[in-house]
Amino acid sequence: MNMEPIIIEGSPKTPTVHFDANEGVFKLEGRSIPENSVEFYKPLVDWLDKYKEGPLPRTVVEIKLEYFNTSSSKCILDVFKKLELIHKSKNEVEIKWYYEEDDEDMLEAGEDYESIIRVPFEMIEIVE
Amino acid sequence: MSFNVESYFKDLQKDDVIFSYKGDISSDVINIILDTVEKKTVVASDTSRIRKKVYNVLVESLQNLYHHADTVPADFEDQESGRFGLIALKKCTRGYMITAGNFVKNNKVAKLGEKLEKINNSSAEDIKELYKFILHHQKISPKGGGGLGLVDIARKTGNNLEYKFYDYNDAYSFFSLSIKINPLEKVNN
Repeated sequence: MNMEPIIIEGSPKTPTVHFDANEGVFKLEGRSIPENSVEFYKPLVDWLDKYKEGPLPRTVVEIKLEYFNTSSSKCILDVFKKLELIHKSKNEVEIKWYYEEDDEDMLEAGEDYESIIRVPFEMIEIVE
Repeated sequence: MSFNVESYFKDLQKDDVIFSYKGDISSDVINIILDTVEKKTVVASDTSRIRKKVYNVLVESLQNLYHHADTVPADFEDQESGRFGLIALKKCTRGYMITAGNFVKNNKVAKLGEKLEKINNSSAEDIKELYKFILHHQKISPKGGGGLGLVDIARKTGNNLEYKFYDYNDAYSFFSLSIKINPLEKVNN
């Protein structure tokens, strides 16, 4: 699919983003604690909205967050809702949710999403 | 005599305070506070688990101030701050305590008090369900808050939200919120 990828360098308050429609592995990594998370996530949600018109047969999304604030949590749900639509239209989608060893809060956060979104999740512990 | 912010802030600094600030809560100020605290809380005895909880609670407390602090009363000494708030991080015998304070218009006190009481009277399981419900069903407010901050703090710490509304004048109260972050496993969960 001919779409400009979204590649954003991480900052102390925003994550590194690597969404490339040709690769089929999308990544969100680092910290997501901006005051205005909608401003940051809207372009990603819009991008996925376009991607869902002609997705790859298999899309893997890797979420590797160290911290995220409650304002981001709603935006991340919006991202997942787009993935749910892609999955609904008979494409393979998988969300890999990474959490650091002992970070049960991050694991629980992943499980919250898993219970809301109908997409297969894999919880992956990062062992140092 | 009405509530005095300056002496309240001084009292906060009496104990083992690691960090404290009062003044304008801008996005840049939040960056600086988080950066400073992150460097200061790297205590050898702390696990990464408690460091993360402290950081998370601090982020939510600061952003609550950023999104919800009311404008200051007309007679308040600091008229420059667009969003006035105060924040302190203390070391306790066990773990840490974060205190945040801001002005609230009196007509909002009852609603905020109810929300806090509801959280404090909920079990860990209910708080988890409440979090998921708000996450799933509530839109982000025009202010940018998700309405999840307090619920998230209660959920991550497993502790009650200790709060107080101090009378300031006919129009304003001063709201203080203290949260303990314990080193051990969450209680009731």
